Amino acid sequence: MDLDYHALAPELVVAATILVVLGLDVVLPRPRKYWTAFAGVLGLALAAVPLLTLAFGDGPETRSMLGGAYVVDGFALVLKAVFIVGGYLVLLMSVSFIESDRYYQGEYYLLMLTSILGSLVMASSRDLITLFVGLELVTGPLFLLAGWRKGDAKSNEASLKFFILGVLSTAILLYGMSFLYGLTGSVTFEGIREAAPDLLDSGAFRLAVLFTLVGFGFKVTAVPFHFWAPDTYEGAPTPVTAYLSVGSKAAGFVGLLLLCYKALPSVTEIWGPALWVLAALSMTLGNLTALRQDNVVRMLAYSSIAQGGFILVPFAAAAVSSDAAVIQEAASATIVYVIIYAFMNLGAFGVVIAGARRTGSTMIDDWAGMWRYAPRLAVLGAMFFFSLAGIPPLAGWYAKFAMFLSILRPGNAWTTALAVIAAVNAVIALVYYARIGKTMWMDHVPEGADRSAVATRPLTGSLALALGISALFVVVAGILPFEFAGVFADLAKVVTTGI
Amino acid sequence: MVLSQFLILGALMFSIGVYGLLSRRNAVTVLLAVELMLAAVNINLIAFEAFWNTAAAHGQIFAIFVITIAAAEVGIGLAIILLVFRNRASGNIDQLDLMRW
Repeated sequence: MDLDYHALAPELVVAATILVVLGLDVVLPRPRKYWTAFAGVLGLALAAVPLLTLAFGDGPETRSMLGGAYVVDGFALVLKAVFIVGGYLVLLMSVSFIESDRYYQGEYYLLMLTSILGSLVMASSRDLITLFVGLELVTGPLFLLAGWRKGDAKSNEASLKFFILGVLSTAILLYGMSFLYGLTGSVTFEGIREAAPDLLDSGAFRLAVLFTLVGFGFKVTAVPFHFWAPDTYEGAPTPVTAYLSVGSKAAGFVGLLLLCYKALPSVTEIWGPALWVLAALSMTLGNLTALRQDNVVRMLAYSSIAQGGFILVPFAAAAVSSDAAVIQEAASATIVYVIIYAFMNLGAFGVVIAGARRTGSTMIDDWAGMWRYAPRLAVLGAMFFFSLAGIPPLAGWYAKFAMFLSILRPGNAWTTALAVIAAVNAVIALVYYARIGKTMWMDHVPEGADRSAVATRPLTGSLALALGISALFVVVAGILPFEFAGVFADLAKVVTTGI
Repeated sequence: MVLSQFLILGALMFSIGVYGLLSRRNAVTVLLAVELMLAAVNINLIAFEAFWNTAAAHGQIFAIFVITIAAAEVGIGLAIILLVFRNRASGNIDQLDLMRW
């Protein structure tokens, strides 16, 4: 069995970093434990190098190994880049956060890197077994990270709730996968794609597809499989929440993209309506509940459920059309939305971490008048929240624009109805995002709150760097969206080939 | 070989697992229910493997991966339950209600 080591290099570098962090954690004396953070951040940055040589080198465009079960192509490379950059930003945000806790640091970076490694594996997986192993590698460490604050009852609760619903979703997913394999006789996406059209009338096959969708529905926190998310997001340490809402969610969407476009493109009448309902419910319920939140982390949790609904919208467009161009556009709309969402949501969580450090609270009202004592943070906050709302010229507008374009293209009554629901929700979302902006910029500092001490707690360098990178991306991708999206035009072709 | 008998057994075990997970209040019992669901998946996979009887034996490989990862997940789950138990002296998941809506 011959492996293409160049294609595997990003995963190998991350795996080596994990071992180095583990070793350092054992060897280093207590005051030097922070070196594990350097090793983790550095290793993850190194993992991006082989990605670049793979993307711009002269080798074959598609590298396939293990009998087609593990493929490195344009789709895999771009998503790996998103996972690595997103993971890098989360690690940067974690450094100061973890230092202020009294716990050891090594295992935090170890678990976080393991989860990132899992998402890299998922992006390349082209069969059910690899997809499953990758998904478990993503979520397993996150169960533990959610409970990172061992003495904090809320963190315990977040971890246990996440674990129980996580394993339930895994079991449902596996049950669906066992039938997918059993009915098609194949575990590779290619084999399933070939066998699927003959099974269209089989009730068991229908059930298998729906079970698998439910499994991924949990991972992408689609309503009605979302109820673990707000509690887990609130209880977990904030950098972990940032990773949960971006990294693990994006991994779920990668699974859905592969499943729908690679394995089951011929049975759109099964997954299309299901995802239509999930998208409509997620957008509506997520937004309406987010309106009522007073805690900014909980608000972001519901907002990320709603954003997940927007990301699901293009799937419904692809399902009703047999035109290759429309399907391609839908796939690229989903990918572009995931990428932009990753940066703006990480930025928003960076602002939450910085804001909580300054004010000691994540309640929205406590952030009133922030521009008076933390003007730069207030600017960044307004930027990321308005980007999430989709206000030009920040990147969020293009994500929503591409999503609406893809859903309006088929011109079917159902897709138009979904476009209307999405439009109404985009307006509702603006209300609660703008509320934070208003609180930070227009309200007065709460009476009796002492904000004079906050000046002595400036941002740490790593957090500032993470905020800077996210902000740069949000501005540049928002001003030059078509150049940005042009990079991904070919990508969608790779995902949707073979339909 | 009668494939459907194994599938019915698998479906029954899966349903018992779902019921146990939703009705039991003790975290350790919930973990047992999850194990039952994963065992049902393994029965399905092995039965289908015997049915297709291919040289690649994908069903068996899949089942071995499921067993391995299920073991890892139980390890994680027990660690979390132990942590909760240490802080609250109770393994009852109904008492985990610090956060609601």
